[in-house]
Amino acid sequence: MPLSAYLIMSAILFSIGVVGVLIRRSPLVIFMSIELMLNAVNLSFVAFSKFLDTADGQMFVFLVLTVAAAEVVVGLAIIVSIFRTRRTIDVDEMNALRG
Amino acid sequence: MDLATLIFWIIAVILVGSALMVVGLRNIVHSAVALILLFAMAAGIYVLLDAEFIAIVQILIYAGAVTILILFALMLTRITGQQSRTNPTNKQWWIALVICTLLGVSIIYAATTSPHAVATVGSDSGQLPAGINNVVRIGQLLYSPTQYSFVLPFEIASLVLLVAIIGAIVIGRED
Repeated sequence: MPLSAYLIMSAILFSIGVVGVLIRRSPLVIFMSIELMLNAVNLSFVAFSKFLDTADGQMFVFLVLTVAAAEVVVGLAIIVSIFRTRRTIDVDEMNALRG
Repeated sequence: MDLATLIFWIIAVILVGSALMVVGLRNIVHSAVALILLFAMAAGIYVLLDAEFIAIVQILIYAGAVTILILFALMLTRITGQQSRTNPTNKQWWIALVICTLLGVSIIYAATTSPHAVATVGSDSGQLPAGINNVVRIGQLLYSPTQYSFVLPFEIASLVLLVAIIGAIVIGRED
Protein backbone atom coordinates (compact mmCIF):
# COMPACT_ATOMS: atom_id res chain seq x y z
CA MET A 1 0.00 0.00 0.00
CA PRO A 2 1.28 3.51 -0.72
CA LEU A 3 1.91 5.90 2.12
CA SER A 4 -0.99 8.12 1.08
CA ALA A 5 -3.49 5.32 1.80
CA TYR A 6 -2.40 5.26 5.43
CA LEU A 7 -2.38 9.03 5.62
CA ILE A 8 -5.87 9.30 4.15
CA MET A 9 -7.19 6.73 6.62
CA SER A 10 -5.51 8.64 9.43
CA ALA A 11 -7.10 11.87 8.23
CA ILE A 12 -10.55 10.27 8.12
CA LEU A 13 -10.16 8.92 11.64
CA PHE A 14 -8.94 12.28 12.90
CA SER A 15 -11.91 14.09 11.35
CA ILE A 16 -14.34 11.61 12.89
CA GLY A 17 -12.69 12.27 16.24
CA VAL A 18 -13.08 16.02 15.81
CA VAL A 19 -16.76 15.51 14.97
CA GLY A 20 -17.17 13.49 18.16
CA VAL A 21 -15.50 16.12 20.31
CA LEU A 22 -17.63 18.87 18.81
CA ILE A 23 -21.08 17.32 18.75
CA ARG A 24 -21.35 14.91 21.68
CA ARG A 25 -22.55 16.06 25.10
CA SER A 26 -21.16 13.30 27.27
CA PRO A 27 -17.59 14.03 28.40
CA LEU A 28 -16.79 10.32 28.30
CA VAL A 29 -17.58 10.12 24.61
CA ILE A 30 -15.53 13.29 24.13
CA PHE A 31 -12.67 11.46 25.83
CA MET A 32 -13.06 8.48 23.54
CA SER A 33 -13.00 10.83 20.54
CA ILE A 34 -9.79 12.39 21.80
CA GLU A 35 -8.27 8.92 22.08
CA LEU A 36 -9.45 8.29 18.53
CA MET A 37 -7.65 11.42 17.31
CA LEU A 38 -4.47 10.44 19.16
CA ASN A 39 -4.68 7.03 17.52
CA ALA A 40 -5.03 8.62 14.10
CA VAL A 41 -1.88 10.63 14.73
CA ASN A 42 -0.06 7.51 15.95
CA LEU A 43 -1.11 5.74 12.78
CA SER A 44 0.46 8.38 10.58
CA PHE A 45 3.59 8.38 12.77
CA VAL A 46 4.02 4.64 12.31
CA ALA A 47 3.28 4.89 8.59
CA PHE A 48 5.94 7.55 8.13
CA SER A 49 8.31 5.51 10.29
CA LYS A 50 7.87 2.55 7.98
CA PHE A 51 8.17 4.44 4.73
CA LEU A 52 11.16 6.52 5.81
CA ASP A 53 12.73 3.32 7.15
CA THR A 54 13.53 4.67 10.59
CA ALA A 55 12.18 3.83 14.04
CA ASP A 56 12.04 7.43 15.24
CA GLY A 57 8.33 7.67 14.47
CA GLN A 58 7.67 4.73 16.76
CA MET A 59 9.50 6.58 19.52
CA PHE A 60 7.10 9.46 19.09
CA VAL A 61 4.22 7.01 19.32
CA PHE A 62 5.57 6.00 22.71
CA LEU A 63 5.65 9.58 23.90
CA VAL A 64 2.13 10.15 22.58
CA LEU A 65 1.00 7.01 24.42
CA THR A 66 2.48 8.34 27.65
CA VAL A 67 0.80 11.70 27.32
CA ALA A 68 -2.48 10.03 26.36
CA ALA A 69 -2.38 7.79 29.42
CA ALA A 70 -1.65 10.75 31.69
CA GLU A 71 -4.42 12.76 30.07
CA VAL A 72 -6.95 9.95 30.49
CA VAL A 73 -6.08 9.41 34.14
CA VAL A 74 -6.32 13.08 35.10
CA GLY A 75 -9.35 13.74 32.92
CA LEU A 76 -11.36 10.85 34.29
CA ALA A 77 -10.46 11.90 37.83
CA ILE A 78 -11.79 15.37 37.03
CA ILE A 79 -14.99 13.91 35.57
CA VAL A 80 -15.62 11.76 38.64
CA SER A 81 -14.87 14.75 40.86
CA ILE A 82 -17.34 16.92 38.92
CA PHE A 83 -19.96 14.21 39.21
CA ARG A 84 -19.50 14.11 42.99
CA THR A 85 -20.21 17.80 43.41
CA ARG A 86 -22.85 18.42 40.74
CA ARG A 87 -24.50 14.98 40.25
CA THR A 88 -24.31 15.35 36.48
CA ILE A 89 -21.57 15.24 33.86
CA ASP A 90 -23.42 16.73 30.89
CA VAL A 91 -21.05 19.25 29.33
CA ASP A 92 -23.95 21.59 28.54
CA GLU A 93 -24.65 21.88 32.27
CA MET A 94 -21.11 22.91 33.10
CA ASN A 95 -21.55 26.64 32.76
CA ALA A 96 -20.16 27.82 36.09
CA LEU A 97 -17.55 29.95 34.30
CA ARG A 98 -20.08 31.72 32.07
CA GLY A 99 -19.32 35.43 31.90
CA MET B 1 -4.33 -7.52 -5.33
CA ASP B 2 -2.02 -9.21 -2.88
CA LEU B 3 -2.89 -10.40 0.60
CA ALA B 4 -1.47 -7.39 2.48
CA THR B 5 -3.58 -5.00 0.42
CA LEU B 6 -6.69 -7.06 1.03
CA ILE B 7 -6.04 -7.14 4.78
CA PHE B 8 -5.38 -3.43 4.78
CA TRP B 9 -8.73 -2.69 3.16
CA ILE B 10 -10.63 -5.01 5.50
CA ILE B 11 -9.00 -3.46 8.56
CA ALA B 12 -9.45 0.08 7.22
CA VAL B 13 -13.17 -0.44 6.65
CA ILE B 14 -13.67 -1.91 10.14
CA LEU B 15 -11.55 0.89 11.60
CA VAL B 16 -13.59 3.69 10.07
CA GLY B 17 -16.84 1.88 10.81
CA SER B 18 -16.00 1.44 14.48
CA ALA B 19 -14.85 5.07 14.67
CA LEU B 20 -18.26 6.12 13.36
CA MET B 21 -19.85 3.83 15.95
CA VAL B 22 -17.82 5.41 18.77
CA VAL B 23 -19.00 8.85 17.75
CA GLY B 24 -22.53 7.99 16.72
CA LEU B 25 -23.96 5.40 19.08
CA ARG B 26 -26.43 6.57 21.71
CA ASN B 27 -25.42 4.12 24.41
CA ILE B 28 -22.03 5.07 25.86
CA VAL B 29 -21.23 1.46 26.80
CA HIS B 30 -21.66 0.46 23.18
CA SER B 31 -19.36 3.32 22.21
CA ALA B 32 -16.72 1.98 24.60
CA VAL B 33 -16.99 -1.52 23.11
CA ALA B 34 -16.64 -0.05 19.61
CA LEU B 35 -13.56 1.76 20.93
CA ILE B 36 -11.99 -1.58 21.91
CA LEU B 37 -12.63 -2.84 18.37
CA LEU B 38 -11.05 0.33 16.98
CA PHE B 39 -7.91 -0.08 19.08
CA ALA B 40 -7.57 -3.72 18.08
CA MET B 41 -7.90 -2.82 14.39
CA ALA B 42 -5.32 -0.05 14.78
CA ALA B 43 -2.99 -2.67 16.26
CA GLY B 44 -3.60 -4.73 13.12
CA ILE B 45 -2.52 -1.78 11.00
CA TYR B 46 0.63 -1.47 13.11
CA VAL B 47 1.42 -5.13 12.44
CA LEU B 48 0.95 -4.45 8.72
CA LEU B 49 3.44 -1.58 9.05
CA ASP B 50 6.09 -3.83 10.66
CA ALA B 51 5.68 -2.25 14.10
CA GLU B 52 4.87 -5.33 16.16
CA PHE B 53 6.01 -3.85 19.44
CA ILE B 54 3.78 -0.81 19.03
CA ALA B 55 0.91 -3.15 18.20
CA ILE B 56 1.40 -5.11 21.42
CA VAL B 57 1.68 -1.95 23.48
CA GLN B 58 -1.44 -0.64 21.77
CA ILE B 59 -3.41 -3.72 22.80
CA LEU B 60 -2.04 -3.63 26.35
CA ILE B 61 -2.45 0.06 27.09
CA TYR B 62 -5.31 1.22 24.90
CA ALA B 63 -7.56 -1.80 24.50
CA GLY B 64 -6.71 -2.96 28.02
CA ALA B 65 -6.12 -0.10 30.38
CA VAL B 66 -7.65 3.00 28.82
CA THR B 67 -10.94 1.40 27.82
CA ILE B 68 -11.35 -0.21 31.22
CA LEU B 69 -10.64 3.14 32.87
CA ILE B 70 -13.29 4.80 30.72
CA LEU B 71 -15.78 2.05 31.57
CA PHE B 72 -15.03 2.49 35.27
CA ALA B 73 -15.56 6.24 35.03
CA LEU B 74 -18.83 5.52 33.22
CA MET B 75 -19.89 3.21 36.03
CA LEU B 76 -18.96 5.76 38.70
CA THR B 77 -20.83 8.63 37.04
CA ARG B 78 -24.11 6.91 36.33
CA ILE B 79 -27.19 7.39 38.46
CA THR B 80 -29.24 4.21 38.52
CA GLY B 81 -32.68 4.53 37.02
CA GLN B 82 -31.99 7.85 35.36
CA GLN B 83 -32.04 7.38 31.62
CA SER B 84 -30.16 9.91 29.53
CA ARG B 85 -32.67 12.47 28.43
CA THR B 86 -33.19 13.73 24.86
CA ASN B 87 -30.56 13.49 22.17
CA PRO B 88 -26.87 12.88 22.86
CA THR B 89 -25.69 15.59 20.47
CA ASN B 90 -25.88 19.33 20.85
CA LYS B 91 -27.81 21.73 18.66
CA GLN B 92 -24.98 22.95 16.42
CA TRP B 93 -24.06 19.49 15.17
CA TRP B 94 -24.45 20.35 11.49
CA ILE B 95 -22.00 23.26 11.75
CA ALA B 96 -19.49 20.89 13.35
CA LEU B 97 -20.11 18.37 10.58
CA VAL B 98 -19.43 20.94 7.86
CA ILE B 99 -16.27 22.20 9.56
CA CYS B 100 -14.95 18.69 10.12
CA THR B 101 -15.65 17.68 6.54
CA LEU B 102 -13.66 20.70 5.38
CA LEU B 103 -10.88 19.77 7.82
CA GLY B 104 -10.75 16.16 6.64
CA VAL B 105 -10.79 17.12 2.97
CA SER B 106 -7.99 19.61 3.47
CA ILE B 107 -5.85 17.10 5.37
CA ILE B 108 -6.41 14.49 2.66
CA TYR B 109 -5.57 17.06 -0.02
CA ALA B 110 -2.37 17.96 1.84
CA ALA B 111 -1.42 14.32 2.32
CA THR B 112 -1.92 13.42 -1.33
CA THR B 113 -0.25 16.45 -2.90
CA SER B 114 2.55 17.25 -0.47
CA PRO B 115 5.95 16.55 -2.07
CA HIS B 116 7.22 15.10 1.23
CA ALA B 117 4.42 12.57 1.43
CA VAL B 118 4.52 11.68 -2.26
CA ALA B 119 8.31 11.41 -2.43
CA THR B 120 8.53 8.69 0.21
CA VAL B 121 6.17 6.31 -1.58
CA GLY B 122 8.99 4.54 -3.39
CA SER B 123 10.77 3.11 -0.34
CA ASP B 124 8.09 0.61 0.54
CA SER B 125 10.56 -2.27 0.68
CA GLY B 126 12.61 -1.03 3.61
CA GLN B 127 13.91 -4.27 5.04
CA LEU B 128 15.64 -4.44 8.37
CA PRO B 129 19.14 -5.94 8.47
CA ALA B 130 19.25 -9.57 9.53
CA GLY B 131 19.30 -10.16 13.28
CA ILE B 132 17.91 -6.73 14.11
CA ASN B 133 14.18 -6.82 14.70
CA ASN B 134 11.77 -4.10 15.59
CA VAL B 135 12.05 -4.54 19.36
CA VAL B 136 15.85 -4.43 19.34
CA ARG B 137 15.82 -1.26 17.30
CA ILE B 138 13.29 0.41 19.59
CA GLY B 139 15.26 -0.65 22.66
CA GLN B 140 18.43 0.86 21.25
CA LEU B 141 16.61 4.07 20.39
CA LEU B 142 15.05 4.28 23.85
CA TYR B 143 17.88 3.45 26.20
CA SER B 144 21.23 3.62 24.47
CA PRO B 145 23.38 6.04 26.50
CA THR B 146 26.11 6.38 23.88
CA GLN B 147 24.43 6.31 20.48
CA TYR B 148 21.72 8.53 19.07
CA SER B 149 18.76 7.83 21.35
CA PHE B 150 15.76 9.24 23.14
CA VAL B 151 16.93 8.82 26.74
CA LEU B 152 16.04 12.33 27.87
CA PRO B 153 12.48 12.38 26.40
CA PHE B 154 12.01 8.95 27.95
CA GLU B 155 12.94 10.25 31.40
CA ILE B 156 10.71 13.29 30.94
CA ALA B 157 7.85 10.96 29.97
CA SER B 158 8.31 9.07 33.23
CA LEU B 159 8.11 12.40 35.07
CA VAL B 160 4.87 13.21 33.22
CA LEU B 161 3.45 9.87 34.32
CA LEU B 162 4.45 10.51 37.94
CA VAL B 163 2.79 13.94 37.88
CA ALA B 164 -0.33 12.41 36.34
CA ILE B 165 -0.53 9.75 39.05
CA ILE B 166 -0.18 12.29 41.85
CA GLY B 167 -2.63 14.64 40.15
CA ALA B 168 -5.22 11.91 39.74
CA ILE B 169 -4.91 10.95 43.40
CA VAL B 170 -5.25 14.55 44.54
CA ILE B 171 -8.21 15.32 42.27
CA GLY B 172 -10.04 12.06 42.83
CA ARG B 173 -9.66 11.98 46.60
CA GLU B 174 -12.81 12.26 48.68
CA ASP B 175 -12.33 14.78 51.43
